Amino acid sequence: MEHTTINLKLKVWRQKNAQDSGRFENYDAKDISTEMSFLEMFDVLNERLINEGQDPIAFDHDCREGICGMCSMHINGRAHGPWQGTTTCQLHMRAFKDGETITVEPWRAKAFPVLKDLTVDRSAFDRIQQAGGYVSVNTGNAQDGNALPIDKDKADASFAAAACIGCGACVAACKNSSAMLFTSAKVSQYALLPQGQPERTTRVLNMVAQMDKEGFGACTNTGACEAECPKEISISNIARLNREYLSAQLSL
Amino acid sequence: MGLNNRIPAGELAQKWSTYKSTCKLVNPANKRSLDIIVVGTGLAGASAAASLAELGYSVKTFCFQDSGRRAHSIAAQGGINAAKNYQNDGDSVYRLFYDTIKGGDYRAREANVHRLAEVSGNIIDQCVAQGVPFAREYGGLLSNRSFGGTQVQRTFYAAGQTGQQLLLGAYSAQMRQVAIGKIKEYNRHEMLDVVTIDGKARGIIARNLVTGEIERHGAHAVLLCTGGYGNVFFLSTNAMGSNVTAAWKAHKKGAFFGNPCFTQIHPTCIPVSGDHQSKLTLMSESLRNDGRIWVPKKQGDTRKPNEIAEEERDYYLERRYPAFGNLVPRDVASRAAKERCDAGYGVGSSKMAVYLDFASAIERYGKTEATKQGKSNASKEDIIAMGKDVVKEKYGNLFEMYAKITGEDPYSVPMRIYPAVHYTMGGLWVDYELMTNVPGLYALGEANFSDHGANRLGASALMQGLADGYFVIPYTIGNYLADEISTPKINTNQVAFDEAEKAVTDRIHHFMNVKGTKSVDYFHKKLGLIMWNQCGMARNEQGLKQAIADIRALREEFWKEVRVPGTADSLNPELDKAGRVADFLELGELMCIDALNREESCGGHFREEHQTEDGEALRHDDKFMYVSCWENKGEQGWDLHKEDLVYDVIHPSQRNYK
Repeated sequence: MEHTTINLKLKVWRQKNAQDSGRFENYDAKDISTEMSFLEMFDVLNERLINEGQDPIAFDHDCREGICGMCSMHINGRAHGPWQGTTTCQLHMRAFKDGETITVEPWRAKAFPVLKDLTVDRSAFDRIQQAGGYVSVNTGNAQDGNALPIDKDKADASFAAAACIGCGACVAACKNSSAMLFTSAKVSQYALLPQGQPERTTRVLNMVAQMDKEGFGACTNTGACEAECPKEISISNIARLNREYLSAQLSL
Repeated sequence: MGLNNRIPAGELAQKWSTYKSTCKLVNPANKRSLDIIVVGTGLAGASAAASLAELGYSVKTFCFQDSGRRAHSIAAQGGINAAKNYQNDGDSVYRLFYDTIKGGDYRAREANVHRLAEVSGNIIDQCVAQGVPFAREYGGLLSNRSFGGTQVQRTFYAAGQTGQQLLLGAYSAQMRQVAIGKIKEYNRHEMLDVVTIDGKARGIIARNLVTGEIERHGAHAVLLCTGGYGNVFFLSTNAMGSNVTAAWKAHKKGAFFGNPCFTQIHPTCIPVSGDHQSKLTLMSESLRNDGRIWVPKKQGDTRKPNEIAEEERDYYLERRYPAFGNLVPRDVASRAAKERCDAGYGVGSSKMAVYLDFASAIERYGKTEATKQGKSNASKEDIIAMGKDVVKEKYGNLFEMYAKITGEDPYSVPMRIYPAVHYTMGGLWVDYELMTNVPGLYALGEANFSDHGANRLGASALMQGLADGYFVIPYTIGNYLADEISTPKINTNQVAFDEAEKAVTDRIHHFMNVKGTKSVDYFHKKLGLIMWNQCGMARNEQGLKQAIADIRALREEFWKEVRVPGTADSLNPELDKAGRVADFLELGELMCIDALNREESCGGHFREEHQTEDGEALRHDDKFMYVSCWENKGEQGWDLHKEDLVYDVIHPSQRNYK
């Protein structure tokens, strides 16, 4: 692939800690290869800041192959930036033009407080999972894996929901900071499988209750979550959650 | 210090069942008052933490990421092996055991590997019960595919995201225990030392990575499930945060390090594109089921791949290894790629790449699909389109990832691939019970050395991580803790904790006050280059000696010249990295010393002085049929202890994949 180098202006959110009010700061990013990933561009910038005796920009990242869900930048007003179905770490600099100004912010949501710069606290997602995102089966109790045939279409649909990486882009993209796409993906994964049936009712009620308790907003079906989800988790999962929730309430 | 591997007596196939029936037990009331620390929340850590909490133990988990679900097991793509023989193709526990021992080039322990094969089927059952959405056939039953180094289909998978689905399964089990208070989580925490009292592991010192606070945690047993150390090479397929620090601290507190030089270089990764590169991305081995690897027959051929006619292509794996073809084990495939590139047949702008081509698979699947749909007169374009759809269903996420990184469409142009550091077979030495030589200190999953010998077969890492966590440690830890039931809760106001904490804070203080001129990454990249050039896919005496000298010099420079910005009492990723790189700078030296000592070639360890006439690894079983167990002697370096490998059932021979 041919590559060129470009120069960019960056407007990056800097915030010392949770108590600090934070502000944008401007940086020049020069001689950026279009083959670099977006985070590699940040590596280059941080290397320069360190060499100049400044504090580098803190951001979350780990696998850098789009699966761990740790990276979380709001780029030019979009969660994970301009490419469809792509995490920040997989976004490459080919996406930008020479001379462009790029604005980079953390996820913005009451339930995701900023820890420093672009790093936020997403432990609320863990607590939603703790509220019911599991099948209660202790190690050693399982029957043979093939004892329970599962309709391929259902297994595939369950997998498609389970592919959620828990990055929080859906919350960041939503004007209400709703966590419905995340929660519905987990509810759907289990609702579609026979293994999920025994706890089907309590799961959806408890997970939704925890979601509300964490301070996430309500879903108003604008679809921004689906549009910005790096794993393209379908909004139909939210419809399924709503059905599950309604029938769970009726069964109480 | 003597090494006792505690392998139970008796017939190989009976050892584990005998052990389980005779090991000591801890009654439920006593389990509640026994504390266990689990460091790392990948497959091994999450499965161990959940299973131990289910049994009733009080568990604390630690991970440096913001959630347990981020651990790098999540990135494993291809699959997990299990000897289920669902395909009726002749698989059995013995065959999985045999393939794993052979794949590891006869440098693994028979008893451990047999146990691994025995429990492999239970893992699949457990994961299915948890709701892991494995790939299925239309009849509703589980689907399998092939992986390298085997001739049966025993790999279970979930598209190219098997690690993700298995980890999320283990994580869900872990979250269930967190919810009922049996597990207490410490995320964004890094373990910075093991605390030993009277020779036994009694806790850890950890740093809260958000506040910088140093914390003491006591426990009756400590489990290190902290993964491998491939990031010593800087560029690897590991996550950016993957590190050796926990294992290295244990090593410095007396735990032996086993076979540190055994590194897996994975054959199919996206090639390096420039100096800015921060990591390398794997393209799953499962792609070798359908992709054919080739280079042009002409040296320095600059034509585009599609312009090179079939008869001008060298499918070198199929040529050299007709029986296994593109599915030879990883070490063999990697060396063969290096050999072709070194000989001037490489492709792409760097010439350090080979092609992985899906054209014939696309056509084959397209034809099958046309037949299935009754389209006997489908045009070539229709066939290709249908074939692409099938390939997309099998490997879609991998193809997308390749396109994002390279800007090329792998459905129409062959992928360019090159070997990259992926996995480390070496790790903390453990006995049959997964305990290191420090009582009460265990190592599970990639962090230990025990099951993969000198080369790990594909789809076996997930199997081992979950075997250790779900099915081995719940039994073996009881055998130790049964004698600890009268030990009260560990008091962390003891001298050993004071000393360990002081050492940790002194070191942090040092990093903050060097105020040198070079970033942590500067040193890490330099170390990586030394390791890749001298201790990578091919090693020799002169290069290794040079590397040892270079690493020592670099380490000295690091401690004088490193610059760590920010403060120690806040979120400071540069400080976290400094500690990890300082440990890599010691580990790198030990890896070279181990590689220098092992004057033979086996699996992923290739000493250029020891090869057969046709360039295959040449073992010297008479001299090196042992595990190198290195004891840290501080400033004096390391002492070598040897655990002889005894093969009662399998007779080691020259590996043959032809």
